[in-house]
Formats: sequence, structure tokens, C-alpha cells
Amino acid sequence: MTILVIAEHNNSKIKASTLNTVAAAKNIGGEIHILVAGANCGEVATQASNIDGISTVLKADAPHLEHHLAENLSALIVKNADKYSHILAPGSTFGKNVMPRVAALLDVQQVSDVIEVINESTFKHPVYGGQAIATVESTDGKKVLTVRTTGFDAVPVDGGSASIEDIITTSAFGLSSFVSIEESKSERPELGSAKIVISGGRGVGSKEDFKIIEDLADKLGGAVGASRAAVDAGYVPNDYQVGQTGKVVAPNLYMAIGISGAIQHLAGMKDSKVIVAINKDEEAPIFQVADYGLVADLFDAVPELIKKL
Amino acid sequence: MKILVPVKRAIDYKVKVHVKSDESGVELTNVKMSMNPFDEIAIEEATKLKESGQATEIIAVSIGSDKAQETIRTAMAIGADRGILVKTDAPTDLGGVEPLAVAKTLKALIEKETPDLVIMGKQSIDDDSNQTGQMLAALLGWPQATFASEVKIESGKAVVTREIDGGLETISVNTPAIITTDLRLNEPRYASLPNIMKAKKKPLDVITPEELGVDFSPRLKVLKVSEPAKRQAGIIVDSVDALIDKLKNEAKVIG
Ligand SMILES: Cc1cc2nc3c(=O)[nH]c(=O)nc-3n(C[C@H](O)[C@H](O)[C@H](O)COP(=O)(O)OP(=O)(O)OC[C@H]3O[C@@H](n4cnc5c(N)ncnc54)[C@H](O)[C@@H]3O)c2cc1C
Ligand SMILES: Nc1ncnc2c1ncn2[C@@H]1O[C@H](COP(=O)(O)O)[C@@H](O)[C@H]1O
Repeated sequence: MTILVIAEHNNSKIKASTLNTVAAAKNIGGEIHILVAGANCGEVATQASNIDGISTVLKADAPHLEHHLAENLSALIVKNADKYSHILAPGSTFGKNVMPRVAALLDVQQVSDVIEVINESTFKHPVYGGQAIATVESTDGKKVLTVRTTGFDAVPVDGGSASIEDIITTSAFGLSSFVSIEESKSERPELGSAKIVISGGRGVGSKEDFKIIEDLADKLGGAVGASRAAVDAGYVPNDYQVGQTGKVVAPNLYMAIGISGAIQHLAGMKDSKVIVAINKDEEAPIFQVADYGLVADLFDAVPELIKKL
Repeated sequence: MKILVPVKRAIDYKVKVHVKSDESGVELTNVKMSMNPFDEIAIEEATKLKESGQATEIIAVSIGSDKAQETIRTAMAIGADRGILVKTDAPTDLGGVEPLAVAKTLKALIEKETPDLVIMGKQSIDDDSNQTGQMLAALLGWPQATFASEVKIESGKAVVTREIDGGLETISVNTPAIITTDLRLNEPRYASLPNIMKAKKKPLDVITPEELGVDFSPRLKVLKVSEPAKRQAGIIVDSVDALIDKLKNEAKVIG
């Protein structure tokens, strides 16, 4: 049994989500290969070769793979899929975009957002916004899986010494092209893998006032998150959204400030180790999942917290 | 330009889900069902394209039980011109019609209807798969633009801004293409009463999967559906000082 993990990276650095995905592959058992597809991605291939538990790095370096367009990447993966029993990618927007395409081309029903490996064909994954956990057995010959990164502790970035093999790439699909990217730049830790996440909701009230959430995050060295309402209202960019249809996080500390605690928000944070809620409404559902609740006006409590920490 | 919009009948997003005591699935009897929210966004986008003169016809398609006709009628009240129900008694959330089967069904319909664009949800809020659009694009050999927050149609192309983990990405895809919607694409309108009445008279075909030659047998065996781990109830602290004390000395999550 040999497993292929699709690396998520930006052509210079491997993303943490890849390490969680390798951890899931290890739980399945067997030899693990990793595919690094991109343009001028040699550095990433080297990083991948150092990851603990990898035996071979497949490197596909070509201009049309630079932006990981789903059409180009899925064709490459399928071309190289023969010898693999399982193909895994992180359940990030990267993996969600490309893997169902791979699955369909292989005539396989994908399992999305695996949180636990029971055995080589049986997996647990959340459904209904995490309100239920389904245990499913795949009857397909190959398994195509996306991995919920919060379900698996990252493997070490070093300790491995895999060989790097250049593979022949497929050609560009031609009907889609990259135009531009607007990256949200931040000095803060990445939301998906941060140890501390401070999130603000509609209660914060404005883009200007959201600064106090950011100040608190900076004081604690954490990442900033938000509810859908805060994103929709334009307080913060879209990629801050935590929830069923946004990012799923499970930090050591999650603070929900001015967030009511809708089912869709809880889906993205309820596996955090310690949850703090600050809300002026003592009936807010967020208090039902919070380890520590503070019923207060956030405009009093947050500045006081920043001062006293 | 003809647009096809798949719409799914799913649990209403406000409903709190209860897992069945025999762990065979979730309780759906007497539970409020609605159109999957992302599909509402899809039908709204198609309707806007029609209103701006860029689209000529909108076809709403659902795969589900007879009750999914209501979902198609809702799509018609927003802007679809006609509807197709592919009728099945199999569940559409778990252990029944899976994304691959839905994609195969849609492919068969698309080969008959030859739309120029398919706009659909990025995700069903019941199975949370986030697969069908990408699968359909692969089966058709079409390009895909997933998680769209902005769509511009230009001669023979769709320029789509996508919500990705690192920010916003813009790509250009030749039509025909599959577009899947994200939350910020638009705000779906409420259907007006006159439009709800008009929708009742629009044509709705009911067909079977056999007529399309697709096989709905599931590939995944659902062994069990269980409750997620419950969190221990926490405490309410009475001051910021008390909170800091707890975080430092009890939870030990800050230094
Ligand atoms: C298809 C779909 C997908 C969705 N996906 C997501 C998702 O991924 N993530 C997500 O978060 N949501 C999602 N939602 C939206 C979700 O249902 C809620 O609408 C949203 O989470 C509410 O955000 P909120 O808690 O910030 O706002 P509200 O519910 O309006 O809550 C604001 C809270 O702030 C408190 N407050 C106000 N002022 C103050 C103050 N001065 N001090 C202290 N507290 C104050 C209020 O008491 C209230 O509890 C989705 C919805 C749908 C339909
Ligand atoms: N049974 C169905 N009938 C119609 N459309 C569907 C059905 N299942 C999925 N879809 C479409 O596919 C999208 C993604 O669904 P999923 O892959 O299940 O998360 C939905 O938002 C719908 O647009």
C-alpha cells in the first residue's frame, strides 16, 4: 500500500496543512509519497524531502502548475495515480478545489474532511456543520480523501530524507487561466495553525473598532478570526471567517468577542482547547460552549484586558 | 446564454440537528427543510445575469424526492424559467445519492440541455461535501471557478474572483464552465408574492435516474452517525481580573 499526499505550498514554502495531512496518511499506514507540483518549486521539494515519514517526493515543476489551477493539477495527479491506494490533500480551499476533480476523473466518491482514520477504508468525518459525525467505509478501489487539519497533529518538518524524483508533467488544460491574487498580508500567525485565535463578530460594530480585537491578538501573539457577520459587514477580509463554511480552527485558546455563537460559527471552533466568550448578552449561545464566559461590554472588557495582560 | 442551476433541498440552516438514537442518521421527520443557502445565492446570480440581459434562460434542477419540487418552485419564484426534478426516494444527505452520482446526473442533463454556464452552491449544508461542482466540471471536461465572490461575464469567458484561504484569487475561465458560489457573491432576494404565484405555472418536468441512465448506488457505506463529543459546561467569571487569573493559573494557556 502506497499513499500519495498532495503538498500545499506557495512555491517557496510548504504549508503547515501538509504536515497534518501526512499525519493522517501515517495513521492509514504504508509507504508515503508526496507530490510537490508548482513552478520553480525546488525549494519546496527539498523541504518536503525532510518531512518525517516520507519516502519519495514527486516533483512536477512547470509554468502551468504555478497557481495550482484545478484543471492542470488534477490532470497531473490522475496521470500519476496508478500505483497509489490513497490520495490525500489538506481540506483547505486548495484541497477542496482540486480533489473532487481528481476523484471524479478516477470514478471515486471522495470522503471530505476526514478527522479520524479507523482503518485503510473507514474514516470519520463531520457532517451537518459538525453536529454529527459520520463513520463511512469507502468501497472504491482507490480512496480520495481531504483531511481536516485540526483532526491530526502535524508531523515534524524534519527527520526525513526522502529521494526527490522529477516526474513528467501533463500539459496545460488551456481553458482556464490565473489573473491575479490579492493576498491578505499579515505578520500574525496563520489562522489555521495558530495556538491562540482572537475572533470578533458583529458586536464589534465597525472596521475601525475591529482594531481592538487585533490589538488583543497582537498582545497575545495570536491570529485574528471573525464571524461571517463581521466579514459580510466588511470589518475584515473573507479569509478571516471561522465556521462551517469558512476556516476550521482548534487552537489552545479561542476568544469569541461580540459573537453570538450560531451553529455555523461553532462548527469552526468548538474543538478549541479553551474557549473564552465575551458578550454583553448573558443568553448568547456562545456561553454554552465557553470554558470561561465574561458578560460584559466588549468596549470595556477588551481594552482592560489589553492593559492588564 | 442559457444557465443551469442545481438546487438542493436540505435541512434549514437554523435547525438544530438531532442524531437518531440508533445512530443510523439524523432526524429529518417534521424538520424544516429549505433550499440549500449556497444554491439560493446561485439562483440569485443567474437571475441577475438574466435581468442584465446577459442570460436568456434559467433552468433549475434538483435531485431528490417529490418534495424537492418545492425547492424548484422557490428557484422559479426567484427567477428560474423552468425546472427539472430527477426523482428518487434515496436520501440526499447521507448513505444515498452521493456527489459523484449527482454530478453524473447533472452531466447527463447538461448533455441534453447544453447550457453555457452552470452556477451552483459550493457546499451543501447537510453533507458538507463541497464536491459536486468540481466533479461535474471534471466529468464534462469543463473549467471550474469555485468559491466565487464576484462573477463577470465577458465574451466567451467568465472572470471570477474566488475566496481562498490566503485572500482573493481571480481567474478567467472559458465558457461553458462551472461556477460555485461563496457567501459574499450576492444577497438573495425574497421572492415576492406575485412571483411565487407565477412560479406555480412555470413548466416542471419530473424524470427518473433510469431515463438518464445514471446509477445512484452509493460508494460509501455509512456505518454510523454519532453525536460529536460534548463540551463540559464552563463557568462565568465576574471580571477581567478573574478571567486573566483563570487563563494564567487554571487553563495555563497564557504566560
Ligand atoms: C450557509 C451559511 C453559512 C454560514 N457560515 C458561517 C461561518 O462559516 N461562520 C460564521 O461565523 N457564520 C456563518 N454563518 C452565519 C451564522 O448563521 C450567523 O449569522 C453568524 O455567525 C453571526 O455572527 P455574529 O455572531 O458575529 O453576529 P450576531 O449573531 O449578530 O451576534 C453579535 C453578538 O454580539 C454581541 N454584542 C453586541 N454588542 C456587543 C458589545 N458592545 N459587547 C459585547 N457583546 C456585544 C451580541 O450580544 C450578539 O451576541 C453562515 C450562515 C449561513 C446561512
Ligand atoms: N441532490 C441535489 N440536487 C441538486 N443539486 C445538488 C444536489 N446535491 C448537490 N447539489 C449541488 O451541488 C452543490 C454542492 O453540494 P455538495 O457537493 O453536496 O456539497 C450544492 O450547493 C448544489 O448546488
